[in-house]
Amino acid sequence: MPLLRHLYFLACLALIAASLAQPAMAQDDPFAGLAGDSFDDIRHGIETLATSGAPTAAAVIAALQEGNLYSGPDAALFIKTDDGWLDARTGKPATEVAEDALSPVKMNNGVRRAAEAAMGSLELYSPDAAIRRHAAEAVLKSRDPAALEGLTRALAKESDAGVRRIMEQARASALLATPETTEAERLAAVATLRARGDLDARAMLASLTAQPPAVAEAAATAVIAIDRMLQLWGLAQGVFYGLSLGSVLLLAAAGLAITFGVMGVINMAHGEMVMLGAYTTFVVQDVIKSHAPYLFEASLFIAVPLAFLVAGAVGIAVERCMLRFLYGRPLETLLATWGLSLAMQQTVRSTFGASNREVSTPQWMSGATQWGGITITYNRLVIIVFAALVVAALMAALRYTALGLRMRAVTQNRRMAAAMGIRTPWVDALTFGLGSGVAGMAGVALSQIDNVSPNLGQGYIIDSFMVVVFGGVGNLWGTVVSALTLGTVNKFLEPLAGAVLGKITVLVLLILFIQRKPRGMFPIKGRAVES
Amino acid sequence: MSTDTLLYLDNVTVSFDGFRALNALSLFLQAGEMRAVIGPNGAGKTTMMDVITGKTRPDEGKVVFGRDTDLTRLDEPAIAALGIGRKFQKPTVFEPHTVWDNLLLALAGDRRPRFTLWARQSSEERDRIEAILRTIRLADHIKRPAGDLSHGQKQWLEIGMLLAQEPQLLLVDEPVAGMTDAETEQTAELLREINKTRSVVVVEHDMHFVRALGVKVTVLHEGSVLSEGSIDHVSNDPRVIEVYLGR
Amino acid sequence: MSKVSTILCLVLILGGAGLLAAGNATGAVPTYAISLVGKYLCYAMLALAVDLVWGFAGILSLGHAAFFALGGYAMGMYLMRQIGTRGVYGNAILPDFMVFLNWKELPWYWHGFDNPLFAILIALAVPGLLAFVFGWFAFRSRVSGVYLSIITQALTYALLLAFFRNDMGFGGNNGLTDFKDIFGFSLQSDGVRRGLLLASAGFLALQLVVARYVVTSRFGKVLIAVRDTESRTRFLGYRPERYKLFVFVLSAVMAGIGGALYVPQVGIINPSEFAPANSIEAVIWVAVGGRGTLVGAILGALLVNAGKTYFTGALPELWLFALGALFILVTLLLPKGILGLFARSTARPAPPVVEPAE
Repeated sequence: MPLLRHLYFLACLALIAASLAQPAMAQDDPFAGLAGDSFDDIRHGIETLATSGAPTAAAVIAALQEGNLYSGPDAALFIKTDDGWLDARTGKPATEVAEDALSPVKMNNGVRRAAEAAMGSLELYSPDAAIRRHAAEAVLKSRDPAALEGLTRALAKESDAGVRRIMEQARASALLATPETTEAERLAAVATLRARGDLDARAMLASLTAQPPAVAEAAATAVIAIDRMLQLWGLAQGVFYGLSLGSVLLLAAAGLAITFGVMGVINMAHGEMVMLGAYTTFVVQDVIKSHAPYLFEASLFIAVPLAFLVAGAVGIAVERCMLRFLYGRPLETLLATWGLSLAMQQTVRSTFGASNREVSTPQWMSGATQWGGITITYNRLVIIVFAALVVAALMAALRYTALGLRMRAVTQNRRMAAAMGIRTPWVDALTFGLGSGVAGMAGVALSQIDNVSPNLGQGYIIDSFMVVVFGGVGNLWGTVVSALTLGTVNKFLEPLAGAVLGKITVLVLLILFIQRKPRGMFPIKGRAVES
Repeated sequence: MSTDTLLYLDNVTVSFDGFRALNALSLFLQAGEMRAVIGPNGAGKTTMMDVITGKTRPDEGKVVFGRDTDLTRLDEPAIAALGIGRKFQKPTVFEPHTVWDNLLLALAGDRRPRFTLWARQSSEERDRIEAILRTIRLADHIKRPAGDLSHGQKQWLEIGMLLAQEPQLLLVDEPVAGMTDAETEQTAELLREINKTRSVVVVEHDMHFVRALGVKVTVLHEGSVLSEGSIDHVSNDPRVIEVYLGR
Repeated sequence: MSKVSTILCLVLILGGAGLLAAGNATGAVPTYAISLVGKYLCYAMLALAVDLVWGFAGILSLGHAAFFALGGYAMGMYLMRQIGTRGVYGNAILPDFMVFLNWKELPWYWHGFDNPLFAILIALAVPGLLAFVFGWFAFRSRVSGVYLSIITQALTYALLLAFFRNDMGFGGNNGLTDFKDIFGFSLQSDGVRRGLLLASAGFLALQLVVARYVVTSRFGKVLIAVRDTESRTRFLGYRPERYKLFVFVLSAVMAGIGGALYVPQVGIINPSEFAPANSIEAVIWVAVGGRGTLVGAILGALLVNAGKTYFTGALPELWLFALGALFILVTLLLPKGILGLFARSTARPAPPVVEPAE
C-alpha cells in the first residue's frame, strides 16, 4: 500500500524536524501515560499527549493507531518502521533497542476512540482545509467532550466557512455530551445538528440521553424533521437513478422510435446496431491507446460520430439489401431482422471473441459529486445529458432538415410524396440509416456502463420495443416520457421488490397496459390510423 | 317517432382530433325504405356507416334501431346479430375461401365457436346458398376462391353474403364503384329486388345509379344533412348544386 | 394441408418411430438416436402449435416456448419428486436444491406432484390457463400484429427472469435435473427411451389429427377469415376474439404436451427454455416448412433441428450464421416454405396481408 508508506515517510520527517526544533523535553513527561499498563492509563496518556503540544504527538498517536507503538521498561516508547526503530519522544532513529523487552501498546475500543478523537483535534490545526474538515467530521462523530476545548480554539482561528460550519456542528455534538452545558446552549446545539440534517446528525440526536425535557423534546422533533428531509433526499436520489436508467432506455429506444415508430419497420437487429456502436468505441480506444495515447480523454468524442457512421452505413446496407423487399409484411420483417441479428452477433463474436471487451472510462467521466443528500456519479450524469442531446438533435433533424421534411412527407403519404418528386426509396434508406446511426451512438454511451460483448444488444431489444410502444408509436415525445417513466418506476420498485422482481413487475404492468391501450400513452388519432 | 321507423340517428356528432366528421346529424329511415345517401368527399358518409355498425362510437347523440335499441352501446358483432349488414366500399370477401364457403360463413346462424367447431352443413343451408347464388348470378363459380373473381363478381358476392345474413337493414357503400354500365344496371335491379323484403341504405357517388334506384335521397355536407327529398328535388336545390353537383 | 400429405405425414411419424424403436430393440439403432429423434418430435409439437396460431389465426406468437417450458416444468416437478431419497442430500420430500437453500418444507405448489396424473394435468392446465388469461385480455382489446408479437415476447422474457430466481422454488438457474425414474421405470433404460419416443410420435400424430380437424372445420374457415379480414368477420356477427382465444389456448396446451414429453428425454429443464430466442426459433421452423400447412411445421422442425445437431457438432462457429441466413433467405426467397415449392396445385394461399404501417 503505497499510501501508507508515504504516510510513514512523512511521519519520520515530521519526527526528525520536531526533534531538531525542540531538543529539550518538557519537565512533566506527556508520554508517560502511553507507556502505562492499564487501558485507562493509555487513554489518559493519549489525551495528555494530544493537548501537550508535543511536536511528535501526531506521529506517535498515528503509530499507536497502526499498532506500531511499542513500550518497554522505564516508560520507553518506540515506533516501529520498515527501516528500524524510532524513539517516540525525540523522533530520531533509535539504536540499541532491546526488542525482546518491548511489547506493542495495548488497544481496546476505548483507546481507539481516544486516539481517533486526539488525532481529530490535532488535525484541526492543519494548514490544509481538507484535513481540517476531515478532522472536524471525526470529532463530530466521536462526540467527545474532551475535544470541546480544542474545537473552541480551532473555531477562533478558522477562516473557511464550510469548515467552520462543520466545526460548529462538532462543537454542538460535544456540548450535548458535556454535563456542564446549559439548557440554552443545548437547545442551540440541537438546532445546529438539525440544520446538518444527515444520518450522522440523526443518529446523534436520537441517541441523546440524560437531557432536560425541553432539549429531549427539541431533539425528538429534530429527528422527525431530519427523517422527513432524508426521505425527500431519498426520493430525489431515486428520481436521479430513475432518470439515469430512463436515459439509458431512451438512448436504446430513440433509434427504434425512428425505424419502428416512423417507418413501421420491426427491426429485431436494433440491439445489434447498439452493439456495433459499443464495439466502435472499443476499436477507437484500442487504436488511440497504441497510436495516440494523448487523445484518450477525447476518445468518446471521436467514437460518437464514428459509431453513428458505422451503424448508419450498416443500416442503409440492410435496408437496401433486405428490408425493401419486405415492406408491408411486418411479421416477415421481424423474422428476417432476427436472423440478421444472429448473424451480426456471430460476426462480432468471430472477430472480437466471445468474452467481454474492456472499454475504459475517461477521467472526466469518473467519480462522483455530492449534491445535498444525493450522490451523482459523473458517468450517469453524462449519459443523461447525452441522451437529451441525442433526442434534441433527432427532433431538430426531423423538423428542420430537408431529409426530415421528406421523411415526414413519405410517412404521411408515400404516393403523394413520390408524385412530388421525392425519391422515396432513398428516403427509406436514409431514414433507416438515421435510426440505426442513433442506435450506434447509444452504443457508445452504453459501453460506459455495460459489458461490451456480442450479447450486448439482446438485453435492450425487448425494453426498447416496450418503451416505443408504451409511449405511442410514431411519437418521439411519447418515447421520451415513456423511457423516463419506465426508468423511474423501475428504480422505485427495486427497493420494494428487488431488482429482478421489479423488472418483472414492470414488464407485467406494461403487458397489461398495452392490452388496455394498444396504441400507447400518446396515440396518434385520426381516421388514417383507424383502417 | 312513428312506430314504423327502423333507424333513427339523433344528433350524432363524431370528431377526430378536432375535425368534425359528423356534426349533429339526424336521420330517419322507415321500415322497408330504400334511401340513397350522397355527398362530397369528407361529408361523413362512411363515418355514418361506421357509427351505425358500431365501428366508431359517437361523441354525442344516439342511434336507435327498431323500437328502442341504442346501437351506440353495442359492438359490431352484436349489431350484426340484430340484423344490420354492411357492404364495404372496397369489396371485402374472404379471398382464400371458395365462393360457396364465403356464403356459408355469412349464412344467418349460430356464430359461437362451440357451434362452428362441430357444425356440419345441413341440406337447408345448401338450399339457401344455392338460392342466393342464383340471385347474384355466381352459380357457375362455387368452387373458385373468391380472390380469383373479377371486381364486379366480388361486389356481388359481397351483396350475396349480405343477403345470406338475412338482415333487416342493409348498408351498402358505393356498390357500383368500378363497375361497367351493364353491371351497374344489374346492380340497381338487384338492390330494388332486395328492397322488396328489406330496408336498404346506399351510399353512392354515381348520380345515374341513384336516379336509376328512384328513391328518396339524403345529401350530406360537412357532417350534417344538407337536403333531403326526391332526386329531382335535391338536384334542383341550389345549396346542393353549390357544394356538390356544380353548375 | 391436403389430405394426402397429412396422411403421408402420419404414416411417416408413426412408422418411422416404430421402425426406430424396433431397430433399437434389436440393437441396430443406438439409444442416443432414439432420444434425439424423440426430442425432435417434441419440437415438432411446438412447431405445430405455432403454426396453428400463426398460420391460421395470424397470431405471430414470439412466446410459445413459454408454454412448452411450463409443460416441461410440470413434468420436471413430477420427475424431481420421483428421485426421493436418491438425491445428494437423501431427503425423501425435498428436492436437492431446496435442501441446499435451507428450505424446511415443500412449497404448497409442489404438493401433488408425486402423482403422475396430477403432474400431467398441470402440464396441460398451466399453459392453457396462462394462454387463456393472456389471450382474453389481448384479443378483447384487439391487440394484434406486431404489437401482439412484442408482448408475447415480453411475457416469455418476464417468465425467464422469474424462473431464474431461486425464491420461485423451481431450482433457479440450474432448473430441475438428475431425474431417476418415470412411472417407476428407470429413465436410463432403453425400454423407457423407446416408450418415450413412441409416446412422442403418438401424441404428435394425435395433435396433427386434432389440428387438421380444427382448421378444416367451419370453425377453421372462420379462423382463416379472421386472419385475413378480421373486421369483416365482425360485421358478419362473429366475435374474432373468441375464435382466437380458443385456438390460442388449444395451441398452448399442445405446446405444453410437447414440453412435458421433452423433459424426460433430455433429462433437464431450466429457465433458458424461456429465452425469447427459443420461441423465435420455433417460428422459423414453421416458416421453413411452410406456414399454414401443419405438415410443413412438422417437416420444418425436424429438418432445422437435424441441421442444428449436425452444425453444432461439426462447425459450431457456423451454426448461428446458418440459422441467421435461414431466417433471411426463407422470408425473402421462400415465403411459402418448402411445402410451397411442391404444393402449387392446392388451395391458393392467402395473399400477403398488407397491414397499414402502424
